[in-house]
Amino acid sequence: MTSSSLSSSVSHTTLVAHWRRATEEPVWLQRCLIAVALTFLGLFLVLPLIVVLYSAFSQGIDAWQAAITEPDALAAIRLTLLVVVIAVPANLVFGVATAWAVAKFEFRGKSVLISLIDMPFAISPVVVGLIFVVMFGSQGWLGPWLSEHDLKILYAVPGIVIVIVFGTLPFVARELIPLMQQQGKEEEEASLTLGASGWKTFWHVTLPNIKWGLIYGVILCNARAMGEFGAVAVVSGRIRGETNTLPLHIEVLYNEYQFTAAFAVSSLLTGLALVTIAIKSFVEWHDERRQRLAAE
Amino acid sequence: MSIEIDHVNKHFGDFIAVDNVSLTFRDGELTALLGPSGSGKTTLLRVIAGLEQPDTGRIRFHGEDTTDLHVSKRSVGFVFQHYALFKHMTVFQNVAYGLTVKPRRQRPSKAEIKRKVMELLELVQLDWTAHRYPHQLSGGQRQRIALARALAVEPKVLLLDEPFGALDAKVRAELRRWLRRLHDEIHVTSVFVTHDQEEALEVSDRVVVMNQGRVEQDGSPEEVYDHPANPFVYQFLGNVNLFHARVHDGVARIGDVHLPAPEYEGYRDEPGQAYVRPHEIEVFSDRNHDGALHAKVELVSVVGPTVRLELRTDNSEDLVHAELPKHRFRELGLAQGGDAWIRPIHSRVFLPDSRVANG
Repeated sequence: MTSSSLSSSVSHTTLVAHWRRATEEPVWLQRCLIAVALTFLGLFLVLPLIVVLYSAFSQGIDAWQAAITEPDALAAIRLTLLVVVIAVPANLVFGVATAWAVAKFEFRGKSVLISLIDMPFAISPVVVGLIFVVMFGSQGWLGPWLSEHDLKILYAVPGIVIVIVFGTLPFVARELIPLMQQQGKEEEEASLTLGASGWKTFWHVTLPNIKWGLIYGVILCNARAMGEFGAVAVVSGRIRGETNTLPLHIEVLYNEYQFTAAFAVSSLLTGLALVTIAIKSFVEWHDERRQRLAAE
Repeated sequence: MSIEIDHVNKHFGDFIAVDNVSLTFRDGELTALLGPSGSGKTTLLRVIAGLEQPDTGRIRFHGEDTTDLHVSKRSVGFVFQHYALFKHMTVFQNVAYGLTVKPRRQRPSKAEIKRKVMELLELVQLDWTAHRYPHQLSGGQRQRIALARALAVEPKVLLLDEPFGALDAKVRAELRRWLRRLHDEIHVTSVFVTHDQEEALEVSDRVVVMNQGRVEQDGSPEEVYDHPANPFVYQFLGNVNLFHARVHDGVARIGDVHLPAPEYEGYRDEPGQAYVRPHEIEVFSDRNHDGALHAKVELVSVVGPTVRLELRTDNSEDLVHAELPKHRFRELGLAQGGDAWIRPIHSRVFLPDSRVANG
């Protein structure tokens, strides 16, 4: 009796050891994969970043400062910020409304809506630009009507805002839809039965529940809105000091062989991107910590 | 506050959830809406609350039509199966919520809110959890907080949707007794939905049995259990054995056993189905009993103080389930695989075309 139970326990431990080895990759493969990932990251991400910063400051801080404070650069910065200030809130409202509709209501065409939301990511930005040229250009569908009423969309700020709103459309909605579907509507219903109005329910119950997803979506939307190039290049007309956003301004400088200035402005855009990623990482870290606390 | 449901219909697509239901819940009563899943009980509860709009029909609270009144204006307390506590708020904030969202003019002062919330937390015996978050509490505690939150706004009616459905058996049993005592204290008109017949019979003053969107029976727990209106209610409210029977002038015959069936006075030799509960079957270990049928004991299972037997009679394909107290089982000296004689002592006969006589 004793000996048989002993032998069974021995065979059990060897089995466990065997099993553990079977599900793990060999050490050399682990190291190889890590090396590939790190090399790739270094070559294609860290190195270019260093090059940008190095080139930006290669002629000293004064040249850098001059490059980003000359009138055309300032105009590009102002325009980029203006576009972001309009596009991000627009997509915030669209994202919350769409996610709310998808998560809380049943309606015809819901699945079509969910699949269509990703369209802007799938279409090439240049094509997006061309779509709007066809719609608003002087030979386009709405062109004659617009010029009759003295409205300028193409080669002006409204056109740039429109293509950027289009390109960043999915960010907030994509973050919120799975979140709100998972949360269901019981908490909102509880709030309503307790006498809260729809608005108070949104403010006190819905918003706190989706807060982190919302911030995350806004950050991604913001990063893309600042960096968008292709579609803007098509619709803006590239008028210096007027319709050039930061990415377009950089291209202009580069084409004019003003490399240091181009890299200086690039460093500014890169800096904004780094700040955005830092905020995003903080949000993720905070969200994870909160969920871990909630799970305990 | 009484609740009147007047010819209410509700469908979702092709599915008819509530089929022309009329009911009245009397003031201060605790009523159970009992039925299998998909029977429309939850939909009916949500229609009363205003969380669903009926297709046709009216809802009246104390005679006043509330059909078109928004949920937030109905002053109903609603308790959800999965608690629906606000995750990001403390227990105190959860219970205080209904008071803090009141318009400024009707809102009580901070001190008044605090007094009231603590009073409610004491009522549900959880005043020590005020500064915790819902995820730090057990399921039973969360549901008590949900109840305190619903009571904070002094609702005219309290509606509970499978309130104990997500809890384990022991906590369930404790909480339903506690709910009964609480209701005896505060006397607010309450309706609770359940699919658990034991829960419905134990807790409520009145049971409404629903099936496929319709009300099958409406009565006190005793009435519903002892005098089921139709085969569905009979089968839903516990295990049951079916025997072929004939009714003749107020007497039901099952084999050689004659049982009174006064509701079929004047009927002549009609075939029907006799419904007999497991505890309504007498079991003997010898043949010297009038009309008793011989059977083989196929399975003996001891469930706490009772013993459940599965028996097979000589000329039947169906198993007969019988239930008896453990001491009686020991006296009889029955054993699995052995012989037994069985005899129904009470039955309820339904004729095949559901011509139900109400006795």
